[in-house]
Amino acid sequence: MQRSLSIEPEKCTGCLQCELACSLDNEGAFNPSKSRIRVFKFEDEGRFVPYTCTQCAEAWCLKACPVDAISLDPETGAKVVSDALCVGCKVCTIACPFGTINYNQDTGKVIKCDLCEGEPECATACPTDAITYIDANWTGLERMRAWAQRTDAGAGAAE
Amino acid sequence: MAWTGKILRVDLGTGTCASEPLNMEWAQNYLGQRGLATKYYVEECDPKVDPLSPDNKMIMTTGPLTGTCASTAGRYSVVTKGALTGAIACSNSGGFFGNEMKNAGWDMIIFEGKSANPVYLLVENDNARLLDASEFWGTSVWDTEEGIKKKHNDPHIRVASIGLSGERGVKFACVVNDMDRAAGRSGVGTVMGSKNLKAVAIRGTQGVRVKDFAAFRAATDAGKAVLAENAVTGQGLPAYGTQVLMNVINEVGALPTRNHLDVQFEGAGDISAEKMVEKRQSDGKANLITNAACFACTIGCGRVSQIERTHFTVKDRPEYQGAKGGLEYEAAWALGAATGVGDLDTLTFANFICNEQGFDPISFGATVGAAMELYETGVITKEQTGGIELKFGSAEALAEVTELTGRGEGFGAEIGLGSKLLCEKYGHPELSMSVKGQEFPAYDSRGIQGMGLTYATSNRGACHLRSYTVASEILGIPEKTDPLVADGKAGLVKAFQDATAAFDSSGLCIFTSFAWTLEDVAPQIDAACDGEWSAERLLEVGERVWNLERQFNLAAGFTGKDDNLPARLLKDAAKAGPAKGLTNQLDKMLPEYYEVRGWTPDGVPTNETLSRLGV
Repeated sequence: MQRSLSIEPEKCTGCLQCELACSLDNEGAFNPSKSRIRVFKFEDEGRFVPYTCTQCAEAWCLKACPVDAISLDPETGAKVVSDALCVGCKVCTIACPFGTINYNQDTGKVIKCDLCEGEPECATACPTDAITYIDANWTGLERMRAWAQRTDAGAGAAE
Repeated sequence: MAWTGKILRVDLGTGTCASEPLNMEWAQNYLGQRGLATKYYVEECDPKVDPLSPDNKMIMTTGPLTGTCASTAGRYSVVTKGALTGAIACSNSGGFFGNEMKNAGWDMIIFEGKSANPVYLLVENDNARLLDASEFWGTSVWDTEEGIKKKHNDPHIRVASIGLSGERGVKFACVVNDMDRAAGRSGVGTVMGSKNLKAVAIRGTQGVRVKDFAAFRAATDAGKAVLAENAVTGQGLPAYGTQVLMNVINEVGALPTRNHLDVQFEGAGDISAEKMVEKRQSDGKANLITNAACFACTIGCGRVSQIERTHFTVKDRPEYQGAKGGLEYEAAWALGAATGVGDLDTLTFANFICNEQGFDPISFGATVGAAMELYETGVITKEQTGGIELKFGSAEALAEVTELTGRGEGFGAEIGLGSKLLCEKYGHPELSMSVKGQEFPAYDSRGIQGMGLTYATSNRGACHLRSYTVASEILGIPEKTDPLVADGKAGLVKAFQDATAAFDSSGLCIFTSFAWTLEDVAPQIDAACDGEWSAERLLEVGERVWNLERQFNLAAGFTGKDDNLPARLLKDAAKAGPAKGLTNQLDKMLPEYYEVRGWTPDGVPTNETLSRLGV
């Protein structure tokens, strides 16, 4: 069963532990500038929003790649870049509507979230559970539960 | 490893930037940040140097853990001779700037000389250059930070800058990074301004490495778990910030009020953490929008606040109506209790201005408190204030004088002298609530005895961040001691001072020490840094740093006589609360302190002590 990254911005404090964990796993150093997940700060609103690839089922980056360097990991559903095949043409970075695949000028390849082979480091590192890794079919479950709790149907049954 | 091994030396006089290797022998003895930069500073600067002369140097410095995933590991410090104090200064800041400096490949940046014209330093990894800052000179911290990012078309650049107050010689100006985090105390921003250095802008993409990544992950994960499980760092600070202390300290009768005339503030509840989360009747919103974390911090004590849009301070001024860095306890105390102003939104506004124009709310608020006493006793007149009715409790007066001080204009220029020079100027030096020229923070030493010794002996002037015995005396961390008793405080203060100096040399935030001891820190340093690092070794580094700073201050002209408190705290008893009838018993604590420090009865480190520590 596939799982998805679930992001709840209201829980984020902007600490960047996700970026640190991501860069360590992928780059072998603490280097937020190379993180596949980024936290955006909306200064005047006091909001922090982590953002990364949603792993589209029909992935535009994958379809756009002229050398088939992006493939589907059937286990996790992640769209994964092969460094051996990527030629750094950047067409995928144009194709992606969300901007979550980007060019790394140090290597001449593109980088994107690959779900860390099913154990996303960002979710493990997040101290506030703003990023979790949950059932891909039920990413709305907690929101459903919250709304369900607000209905008055069955109220009083526990009394 | 952990250290980048590189120093950037910037000569503002000639406009040159050069790389040099870090002295690794010193790094083994002084670790980093506060300790290591102080070592560089004292080796290179004449202790008698005028803080505002080109011969004074200013060092921006990271610690070995800065830029790593250790919780709170984003700190940097500014080390120099303080403009406010004339003593060694080390002001520590969070935010994200420290990581950027480390990721650009630099342990430290040493600034020398003075630029003929306003400049800013732009660092992009190995490439550093000084650029003309004339378009930013005369603008605020906020406009400078935004302007630099826009000019270079790079939102990832991190900026540390000074505001108008720092340009115009306000003695307690800060260096502010990331809009609302500050190297706040002792006038390090004033020194930066005296060099015509407007800002330091950094972009770093090289990565930070440690000795043993696997061991480091394990050690930092263990540290994070301790922070999460601790009531203060896991619950109190995220929910309420440091402001959780306002009602607590007021209850114990140690909340200095109206220039230390009182020890309890009747308006404490109105400016407390609890008030910040309460929904206002007028617009149904709370002052606090959310909490915020600095780089890598798993505590998240930062406040993000919004002022009611119709409040007199922001009405018709949309630039102050959005969410911005909110009140922490020290700022809320200084802007509020010290001045007798109990209006939360006015204090929040004053705090915004302190960030926008880069000046220390503690020294500022305390100096306004002193000026209010001078005004109420008729020493300062309405003509001298430029028409401001500078009475205790006046929110309007506070708001006005805050903006004037931010711009260094009118009576704000007088406030910008700091309380010591201001009170001397008006013939009442006894009304300056300061030590070595630096104003007290938010704890009255009549009700928390150990803090009196802390303030008197602090190497950078009165400060709570050199030995926070409040932790022991009020909160019971690591163990409870009686705040009203002087006995045993000498050893307690020394222990806190040495441990704090070690934390400040690591790249970590001192707030972790609510939950961590050096036993929690040592494995993290040991996994990151070359060499073997135990808690004992770290404590020795701290003691070495403390004695190095002391030696510098003695050479600068301070003596044991400067380890003192204002007469108000030694002679005028607290009027109310648990400490009613008490003064601070410094005379009982100080001789014992010198003894446990291995110093002479005059407060001079003995040769034996210095050689034991290798200073």
